[in-house]
Amino acid sequence: MTMFSSRNWREYPHRYRREASKFTKSGKTYYPKRLVDPETGDTAQETVVLPDEGKIVTFTVIRIAPKQWGELSPYALAIVELTDGTKVFGQLADCNVDEVKIGMEVRLEFRRVQTESHHGVLSYGHKFVPKWF
Amino acid sequence: MAGIVGYGAHLPRHRIKVEEIAKVWGADAPSYKKGLMLKEKSVPPPDMDTITLSVEAARRALKRAVVVDVADIGAIYIGSESHPYAVKPSGTVVAEAIGATPDIHCADFEFACKAGSEAMYVALSHVKAGEMKYALAIAADTSQGAPSDALEFSAAAGAGAFIMGTENLIAECLFTHSFMTDTPDFWRREHQFYPQHGGRFTGEEAYFAHTKGASNAILKKANMKPSDFKYAIFHQPNGKFPQRVALELGFTQEQIDPGWLAPTLGNTYSGASPIGLTATLDVAKPGDMIFMCSYGSGAGSDAFVWKVTERIDEVRNNAVSTHKLLNENLTYIDYGTYAKYRHKIIKND
Repeated sequence: MTMFSSRNWREYPHRYRREASKFTKSGKTYYPKRLVDPETGDTAQETVVLPDEGKIVTFTVIRIAPKQWGELSPYALAIVELTDGTKVFGQLADCNVDEVKIGMEVRLEFRRVQTESHHGVLSYGHKFVPKWF
Repeated sequence: MAGIVGYGAHLPRHRIKVEEIAKVWGADAPSYKKGLMLKEKSVPPPDMDTITLSVEAARRALKRAVVVDVADIGAIYIGSESHPYAVKPSGTVVAEAIGATPDIHCADFEFACKAGSEAMYVALSHVKAGEMKYALAIAADTSQGAPSDALEFSAAAGAGAFIMGTENLIAECLFTHSFMTDTPDFWRREHQFYPQHGGRFTGEEAYFAHTKGASNAILKKANMKPSDFKYAIFHQPNGKFPQRVALELGFTQEQIDPGWLAPTLGNTYSGASPIGLTATLDVAKPGDMIFMCSYGSGAGSDAFVWKVTERIDEVRNNAVSTHKLLNENLTYIDYGTYAKYRHKIIKND
């Protein structure tokens, strides 16, 4: 699978800046952003920037990776509950998969999330790294 | 007065020891460790590059700057010899990530290991001229060193970022001086994976001549002597060169210690003296004078005289210190992992 440069570009607000939708009626935050709150049908919302720390809620380990992430395998994919309660999905970096635990504290760090061969566009975003400071 | 409003650094956590590289190539590790004064170096994993290091360092600089509204940042300059794209700017990614687009000027600088201080020099000039309120200068590299070359023992990764302004300074820039000649001591031609260098020619006529040229000129301009400074930072292609040039210029080991990172960090190319400055600001006290001199092959040096202000004590702990990034939470890797991380194993698509 390839990451088209236009698709990559459209995802900058949430990939680069962790921007999310917080709906007025329900007070719920959605990431990536949505136009309509699926629970209330509300469209009134404000853009919020998600916090950069959280805890692992659950995870899985990928040992047979798709080609574009092959050089990183084995790696963990996790659902993390951020400090504001929002749950986000992403890849764990800088972490031995045998050391990943539910409840582990992580920080979000800006990383290259996909490299399209030797000639394609580079995609950036956030990954989780173990919190140590 | 122009100067630094906020600063930040970022380093990879992975390290490889000199012994591990020497073992593969049949090199004599003790003589490299003694001759180059290098113990280990940082290694970026495959998902870390000049752009990602720059974003993290810039975010830390913003945390320390506290007062800066990103909309007031008028320029982002990144100095590096490892920009991820051959054509497409690194600076726009950083600008987008920190929310500083679209009213901004971006440029990627190149001048071997001097590109970072070049970015600092231009950013300072903009705010000094009143062209903009703040300018962000970043020095970052994921350096290349050819397998088995002496450079492979030192080529490392890291970034330092500085928000320049004229108010709420943590360090004032009192003087600058740049010193350049055309000296072909180190180069990389287009489509080449690794740089070439002139061996011993990179020493006296290159590193030492330009570092001393810029240092002596700025000391004369400022009417100061080495003993007037609390700290000094020099470009660090290895551990030995900055130590030798410092002592020959009349500085002491105590003055260079906080910013002398190469023995355990390696050579972060464009990042070297700027990251050394972040580590020095981490320990500096109000009123301290800091001397800094970069060096870039090709060749030239930018020298700066900094005076630390009272505000340093308020903002220093807003972000992680450079020595903490350098010394804690490390992962040591073997040569095979290093070769994979640095794409030294070539695979077809």
